[in-house]
Amino acid sequence: MPPTKEEVFEKIQEALVDALGVEDDEVTPEATMVGDLGAESIDFLDIVFRLEKAFEIEIPRSELFPEDILTNAQYVQDGKVTDEGLAELKVRMPFADLTKFEANPVVQEFGNLLTVSDLCRYVESKVGATD
Amino acid sequence: MRWFWIDRFIEFESGKRARSVKNVSLAEEHLHDHFPAYPVMPHPLVIEGLAQTGGLLVGEVNQFRERVVLAKITKAVFHGQAGPGDTLTYTSTLDDMKPDGAVVIGTSHIGDQLHAEIDLMFAHLDPSQVDREQFVPADFAGWLRMLGLYDVGRDANGDPLQMPPHLLEAERAAGQEPRST
Repeated sequence: MPPTKEEVFEKIQEALVDALGVEDDEVTPEATMVGDLGAESIDFLDIVFRLEKAFEIEIPRSELFPEDILTNAQYVQDGKVTDEGLAELKVRMPFADLTKFEANPVVQEFGNLLTVSDLCRYVESKVGATD
Repeated sequence: MRWFWIDRFIEFESGKRARSVKNVSLAEEHLHDHFPAYPVMPHPLVIEGLAQTGGLLVGEVNQFRERVVLAKITKAVFHGQAGPGDTLTYTSTLDDMKPDGAVVIGTSHIGDQLHAEIDLMFAHLDPSQVDREQFVPADFAGWLRMLGLYDVGRDANGDPLQMPPHLLEAERAAGQEPRST
């Protein structure tokens, strides 16, 4: 039986508390992984390991971190993602809310915008979570 | 290489668990400064010893073909101190193994007493991003023998663990074949 969205959130919260050393109440849906929770690049590997274990899923790196799009000259110009690149990102990451990023699509800022709820939606889609 | 923070493997179950020992000795110079008249085995060097134990456990799973590096210390809790004359027994258990890396749970004991709990995360370096070798293969083979990995090592069937062919070949090419006992 697939987990509920609440169960997904609780497991993600636990994984983030363990991986990042933050308190339960800091892990809110709107919290950004990098800005609010202080995640660094190596923490993402730790988080992926924990989520894969907790939900028994596989998380290919490119699904959560689309490095191939963000480093592709076709999709990035002058350090900003082009419209074509944004369209690609939306297809690759339907779980992510990219509206803030679209307003100022600076490649460097991409990592800073991923929120806890983006992560929740991603896992929900992988496990077929119910309400 | 001189950066050995384990002395010898006492157990090595391929893909599962490894145990090693580290003898703390007043002959180690850093103890005279850490601290003057009060020698204490530095905690970071205990972590390094567990990283070496766990890192070789992880590396051996893929016959030492992957470049394994310590990526994150996920937990390091110390319950006491070790000093000269103590023998630390490090136990590393493979908790999770993936293409990108591995998670290892570790403990340090002084006799029966729990000295530290150290959990570590290793990453496999992406060959497309890092081109050079991590260690000179013939040297690396020599260290593994020196640490007794193949004296105590057991494979998944419980049979004696064998050095992988590419390391044996490197030893032969370097003229460093092991002395037979």
